[in-house]
Amino acid sequence: MLLVTIWFLLWGVLWAVYFMLDGSDLGLGTVMPAVAKTEEERKMVYRSMSPFWDGNEVWLITAGGVTFAAFPATYAVLFSGLYTPLMLILFALIFRGVTFAFRGKVDDPKWRNIWDLALVLGSFLPALLFGVAFANLFQGLPIDGEGIFQGNLLTLLNPYGIAGGLLFVTIFAMHGSLWLTTKSEGALQTRAGDLAKKIWPVVLLLAVIFLLATLRMTNLYDNYLANPVLFLIPAAAVFALLATRVLMALAAWWKAWIASALTIVSTTLFGVVGLYPNLIPSTIDPRFSMTVTNSSSSPLTLKIMLGVALTFVPLVIAYQIWVHFLFKDALTDDEAAYEEGH
Amino acid sequence: MDVLLLSRLQFAAATFFHFLFVPLTLGLSILIAIMETIYVKTGDQDYLRAAKFWGRIFLVNFAVGVVTGITLEFQFGTNWARYSRYVGDIFGSLLAIEATLAFFLESTFLAVWAFGWKRLSPKAHAACIWLVALASNLSALWILIANAWMQHPVGYVLRNGRAELDNFLAIVTQPFAWQMFFHTISGAYILSGFFVMGVSAYHLLRKQNIDFFTKSFRMGLAMALIFSVAEVVQGHIHGAEVAKIQPAKLAAMEALWDTQTNAPQTLFLIPDEKNERNLMEFGKIPGALSMLAFHDPNAEVKGLKAFPVEDRPPVTLTFVAFRVMVGLGFLFVLLTFVGFLKRNKLVDSPGYLKIMLWSIPLPYIALQAGWIVTEVGRQPWIVYGIMKTKDAVSPVAASQVGISLAAFIVVYTILGIVAFYLVRKFAIQGPDPLPVPIKKGGV
Repeated sequence: MLLVTIWFLLWGVLWAVYFMLDGSDLGLGTVMPAVAKTEEERKMVYRSMSPFWDGNEVWLITAGGVTFAAFPATYAVLFSGLYTPLMLILFALIFRGVTFAFRGKVDDPKWRNIWDLALVLGSFLPALLFGVAFANLFQGLPIDGEGIFQGNLLTLLNPYGIAGGLLFVTIFAMHGSLWLTTKSEGALQTRAGDLAKKIWPVVLLLAVIFLLATLRMTNLYDNYLANPVLFLIPAAAVFALLATRVLMALAAWWKAWIASALTIVSTTLFGVVGLYPNLIPSTIDPRFSMTVTNSSSSPLTLKIMLGVALTFVPLVIAYQIWVHFLFKDALTDDEAAYEEGH
Repeated sequence: MDVLLLSRLQFAAATFFHFLFVPLTLGLSILIAIMETIYVKTGDQDYLRAAKFWGRIFLVNFAVGVVTGITLEFQFGTNWARYSRYVGDIFGSLLAIEATLAFFLESTFLAVWAFGWKRLSPKAHAACIWLVALASNLSALWILIANAWMQHPVGYVLRNGRAELDNFLAIVTQPFAWQMFFHTISGAYILSGFFVMGVSAYHLLRKQNIDFFTKSFRMGLAMALIFSVAEVVQGHIHGAEVAKIQPAKLAAMEALWDTQTNAPQTLFLIPDEKNERNLMEFGKIPGALSMLAFHDPNAEVKGLKAFPVEDRPPVTLTFVAFRVMVGLGFLFVLLTFVGFLKRNKLVDSPGYLKIMLWSIPLPYIALQAGWIVTEVGRQPWIVYGIMKTKDAVSPVAASQVGISLAAFIVVYTILGIVAFYLVRKFAIQGPDPLPVPIKKGGV
């Protein structure tokens, strides 16, 4: 039980880290038309993300891989059940990803416009759908005794799912705008900071709605009522969100980004901890739920994977932090010229 | 069409397209790393320009490889849920290890390499592309260990209604996995060598940047020559391993219907699957197949009729793909040997250069054909001997898969066209001019 619980937490942390890191890219991609008015500014937006986005996206691959490795039955039920939204996310991420590689390589405004559109849609759609998917996970899915999803895309687009989607989109938009403030100066930085400040009350409103709806629509609070000390997690989310606003007001941009990152991590963990011991609660019958015990891998696999994760994940974190320091200052025209190559 | 067929078509399309980009990543990363290392050691600007020129093509190729790879990892869950549930204990962990060990390293350091020319010392910068090369080849190793397990499952026990891990080391060290790994990366290195030679030939034919492209051509040649020869030898050993562990696949590769000792190698034949025979057989070498497969001319080779009809792989496709792969494999040895003889007079060999330019697609065809042999030849099994493909598919609606398959085809066609256009553009554009030397003193 200890082993599966550790893996359950690691599983939640991996998704949370993915949302924290790629949330910047997905959010900034979504708001790019609102912050960048000229081609020069759009370039700055891309360059603020280009050394990082791919490394960030690997956290998604790892989160998916760990779902597969540690909870194969959950992976099977979840990914086949959410077939259509997952495919939409994948196609969106494909277009978002190649945009970074393709956009700068032909010097033509029409070409760039096409890829700018791909960036916006390819960022907005995954942000929305990840939110919808996770909200539905918190709420539970109509899975039967065979682990077959008895619903369709519209089942997922219920009010609570949509609230989760909108919360993700806005919190990522704020997070991404803050990211840009750390990589820009002058008018662009001001505009990005102003946008983050404008989005903040919307995030607050949606967060309150979401937390209240969670009380009514899900059983997430059961774990919290059983162990009140766990309320520290949602409290951290609220505190981090308030701190984000204060730090924005002080124009302490890096710190504001870190605060909003903490908001994302603690919000995700709030849901994950509330789910335990379920990974997918069944809304048809609690006996059909996918749990840490009935959907996990064998103890041997879990032990080996834990060894791998505890050895290599810290290493990954170390070199990714190094990369963040290496590219602390925005890329110059000169530095971006090689990769753009026209 | 049913969910099974649609899902198979979708996975085939997605892997086929993904593997158009993977092999060049595996080989070209090493060549670029060598180029940059030579520059760091000698200060020869041509090698710096070469690393940059090939690197630009590499980046486009890599990006498409990355985005099409993610969909594969997720498709096991979306389309092959029953498979994932049954073997996830083993297969899932191998994929997760691949991501943790290789993907992070590859993606993180390629970005550092692409944007860090001025932020790192030349040595540290060269180290980044070595890490990319190491990581991409490491990812090939882990995914091939996973695939080899589907071909020849070891180290598992059937328990709790699924295949559970019993011996991790047995899975990681099984010879078949390493055979597949060497076979695949050798193919990738041949492809990369031919790609570099082909693009260099284009410029040498036009007498542009002769020195520069002669150097590149020779590096591609060295890589392709070594691994073309290695591939023939290793391919033979690999085939003998297939004969032992997947006899039905071997029978399909050779379109051999009747079990026989002293089995012949038939040079030309047309399989007739319906009537379980070959329409035309021509050029039989007695005992050669027994010899190749079991190193004994009197060894018994199982024919397709030894297996129930429902346990046989599609014969014609497996057979043709195998012939194409082997034929091209020998052609690569020939072409690279000719190249070795002409290595000092490349510019004066326009005929050979033209052949090499138009040979760029050939290793691509050979590698895809190889995968057809591997994957179609494994049918009807998804995990050889323990799970059939038809039992592996997700409980999803055919309409969902139909729509996503159509979307894959449209999206990948667009990606393919754009990637081809950009690679061609950068290949034709040639290297950046030499930096103008700064004169000391004076104005």
